[in-house]
Amino acid sequence: MNNFTYKRAESIEDALAQNSSGGNSSYLAGGTNLVDLMKYDLTRPDTLVDLNRVDGHHEIYETPEGGLLLGAFVTNADTAWHPSVEERYPLLSKAILAGASAQIRNMATNGGNLLQRTRCYYFYDANVPCNKREPGSGCSAIPGYNRIMAILGTSESCIAVFPSDMCVGLAALDATVHVEGPTGSRSIPFADFHRLPGDTPEIDNTLLPGEIITGIELPANGFSKNYSYLKLRDRNSYAFALVSVATGLELDGNVIREARIALGGVAHKPWRVREAEEFLAGKTADSVHFGQAAEIILRGAVGFPHNAFKIELAKRAIVRNCMMALNPESQLPGAQPSV
Amino acid sequence: MEPYKSQIGQPVSRLEGHLKVTGTARYAGDYSVPGLLYGYVINSTITKGKIISFDTSRAKALPGVLEVFTHENRPSLAWFDLQYADMDAPPGSPFRPLQDADILYNGQPIGLVVAETFELARYAATLMDIEYEEEAFDTDLRSQQHLARSPKIGMATMLKPLPPKPKGNFEKAFNASPNQVSAEFFHGTEHHNPLELFATTTVYEGKGKLTIYDKTQGTINSQMYVANIFGLKFKNVRVISPYVGGAFGSALRPQYQLFLSVMAALKLERSVLVTLDRHQMFTFGHRPPTVQRTRFSADNNGIITALNHLAIGETSRFEDYTEVVVNWSHMLYPAANTLMQYKLVELDVYSPLDMRAPGGVTGMHAIESTIDELAHKSKIDPLQLRLTNYTEIDVSLNRPYSSKELRECYLQGAEKFGWDKRNPEPRSMRRGNKLVGYGMATGIWEANQLPAKAEAILTGDGKLKINSAVTDIGTGTLTVMTQIAADELGLPVEDVEFAYGDSKKPFAPIQGGSFTVSTVGSAVKAVGAAMRKKLFSIAKKMKGGVFDGTDLRDVSFEGGRIFITNNRSRSVSFQEIIVANDNKPVKLSKFSVPSILKLKKYSRAAHSAVFVEVEVDEELGVINVTRAVTAVAAGKIINPKTARSQILGGMIWGISKALREETIQDDGLGKYMNQNLSEYHIPVHADIHELDVIFVDEKDTVVNELGTKGVGEIGIVGMPPAITNAIFNATGKRINQLPIHFDMLL
Repeated sequence: MNNFTYKRAESIEDALAQNSSGGNSSYLAGGTNLVDLMKYDLTRPDTLVDLNRVDGHHEIYETPEGGLLLGAFVTNADTAWHPSVEERYPLLSKAILAGASAQIRNMATNGGNLLQRTRCYYFYDANVPCNKREPGSGCSAIPGYNRIMAILGTSESCIAVFPSDMCVGLAALDATVHVEGPTGSRSIPFADFHRLPGDTPEIDNTLLPGEIITGIELPANGFSKNYSYLKLRDRNSYAFALVSVATGLELDGNVIREARIALGGVAHKPWRVREAEEFLAGKTADSVHFGQAAEIILRGAVGFPHNAFKIELAKRAIVRNCMMALNPESQLPGAQPSV
Repeated sequence: MEPYKSQIGQPVSRLEGHLKVTGTARYAGDYSVPGLLYGYVINSTITKGKIISFDTSRAKALPGVLEVFTHENRPSLAWFDLQYADMDAPPGSPFRPLQDADILYNGQPIGLVVAETFELARYAATLMDIEYEEEAFDTDLRSQQHLARSPKIGMATMLKPLPPKPKGNFEKAFNASPNQVSAEFFHGTEHHNPLELFATTTVYEGKGKLTIYDKTQGTINSQMYVANIFGLKFKNVRVISPYVGGAFGSALRPQYQLFLSVMAALKLERSVLVTLDRHQMFTFGHRPPTVQRTRFSADNNGIITALNHLAIGETSRFEDYTEVVVNWSHMLYPAANTLMQYKLVELDVYSPLDMRAPGGVTGMHAIESTIDELAHKSKIDPLQLRLTNYTEIDVSLNRPYSSKELRECYLQGAEKFGWDKRNPEPRSMRRGNKLVGYGMATGIWEANQLPAKAEAILTGDGKLKINSAVTDIGTGTLTVMTQIAADELGLPVEDVEFAYGDSKKPFAPIQGGSFTVSTVGSAVKAVGAAMRKKLFSIAKKMKGGVFDGTDLRDVSFEGGRIFITNNRSRSVSFQEIIVANDNKPVKLSKFSVPSILKLKKYSRAAHSAVFVEVEVDEELGVINVTRAVTAVAAGKIINPKTARSQILGGMIWGISKALREETIQDDGLGKYMNQNLSEYHIPVHADIHELDVIFVDEKDTVVNELGTKGVGEIGIVGMPPAITNAIFNATGKRINQLPIHFDMLL
């Protein structure tokens, strides 16, 4: 870890100003990923601008449109246990609680959750090639141990996965990300926020230099009646997903009016396939139709020597999770499988 | 007055527990001394080759950086291998940090930055300009099996005997048997990962004198190592280590932070703390990856006819680390035909190191899985097969067991677990959409005793102090030794102080192999007995003649007094005895040595029977160990509370070994990839469900004076095969590679 200058911002404007002084500066929120990256000497900011005390963006409140706005600096824990989130967006609450550990969720912020880096082993080892860490150096994961890597949307330069659980829930819910930057504020649909690696895997998302996430907006429909989050991983808590699924269903008796299905642990971003959701609309809610939707979602998936199992696992997980969504009471702590 | 209640057998809570949970207990890296300097280790980023150039100038230019030690500027040190050999050194040439430009493995320590703060040292370590010349390497055991060879023999072989010679004619008997099983097993590298990071604080006292706070399982082992290498007098090197935050074998050998801390302190004539970070905890000893092949056979009555067990373990290029992997099956199952083979493959890695039940948990995984398959093929209940082949003598060495209550373990464990409810047909038991499986396995671990010394001092306040160099690696040694000493003199535990974890105190060997209670406990018992005798002899000479006409057999020691057993009105207090001793404390010491001649007529081992229930999600493969019962026969249990904790810890580690932990090794890069506790998966609370421990009564008058066998390793030994056998019962799939990932069951 290098020496760095620590600055504290009073407001978003102040943060943008402090950050504009040039050089290699980073914003600091919960620090649960950034500080690790600094300790491993993988990122060497010369300035940290601390956002934890800026005015505003520390609350969760109802929007005039009937949705909910999650302040960027609210912790993951406070978000998951917020009464409005628990009641109206239980899918998001379950997704958050399936991630990390209680201690980390107590520190990590909503904005930071979107900006965490991959947990690819090779990205975390400064002494081996990694295109995401050092563009052009090569990918060690493709010829290496790729059990935890992606099966969808990969490129020849990167097969890393985006590790968040919260974001899988946000993707399913069609959230919007609000940002402020040197050239003003804008809103980014969640599906456009994270990106696929292509030949620039060093870029995780579409945030522009200097921009700060100020909030995440949820639309009115939280799929609070029929939802489920399932996470499959190598231990029952405190492990990243090998495959995770967020499902929200709107039902008319036994017929699906609207379906949302997002996958985690399989790609460089939360994975959603509209075609599969459209396929389900109007169908009866049963395992046959969910299985057919799963086939559509996994279309084009390519496995590597150690992770080919993810393709079949993801299909089965989708079916299971959609069945669990029919009876949300079946949700187990830690997003473990039931039914 | 209440008659004295024996402390042995009482569930006394850890005496140091309060200090530990309040953060008062100080570990090796917690000593802040005036002028302390901080070292940070630089590790090799290549796997094999040479350092061509090592430019430290950018780091040295930083204010506050005192020195960067490399192979180019290190002080000249001892020359002979023997001087680097510690009590646990296997045959070969022990690794010498900063010896020369050669790189022997990835992560090898190649330098030490010493600075005014830890943060500065860590930062300076990133400013090195190092050029390497890389060479081809091999780190993959499975692809190098054709190079397997017999291990070299050395001192270590005494506690780790080589495989017994073949008996009968294995091939013939195996081929003639109606029920045959052949299987291959593999597990990869595992790292100990104790919670406490390795650290050494070397306090420079001047005039070649050092006080060293070291994370170690042997204060005298570290003292000897430092004195030999740095040419210091033994009496000038004092190693202190009262609290150890877990070690599991990783601190049986002095690790490189000790060497580097002492080297820097002597050279700079300052006190130096060197702490490894979690990443660096993967740069020394580990459980070696091992390939095993078994071929077992039985006749139609379930009598085992032939046993063949081959193990191929990893070692480094510089030492022959060995384990007892293949000796166990014939200790348990008296087949007439056996063939046991154990081989090593040299790879470009650091030497492996004993890790909880080294060899035992490895070998028993293969043995007990094969026995389970043999039972399945022979259509005999796995428990019945074991009872059919039960033996009171160790056929491998043709001698009786000093005690063996394994049958009781099987019966009591099976009863508690409800083994009779098992359906032997795989995939036949269900709970909702989960497949349910029952599995069982046997555990065995040797009961050894080594020599040790203890000192006892009785002071004017009537309190007893016992001194020993032994450590307490979190197992409850302090508490247990206090109980043993209390019983010898009939004192409450509050009146006994066990002072330990200091190389200045009487000799104790390294703390491992489940032999500490038997070793140090025997010395404590012996010195306690000597103290009784001494106190009584002083009391007999006292004025008033309270004990006229009596001898030691006629008196009892209770609550700080000596009574005539048949006439309790006549007694003398310890305080009065000290007054009679010219107010001088009574002080004596005893060396306790195992009775080799008696012991070698017997095989001595702790045993266990493990029963496990698993649930497997049929479509998703997700596995949970929902219940486990371990019944243990380990001789006398001094403290059922701390002993139970040992067994529980072993059982949880068994779950970890079967289903969770693995060091991920990239053989193309020649290095470990998951060097942190986020990706090195040990169980979390959510992984652990119902665990039960039964201690079966077992009287042993041979093993040692206390009748103890040790409980440190036995808890883990039978767990992995019991789990894999339960998974087979649940799913019909026999997975012989550990850990089992749930996707293997898809």
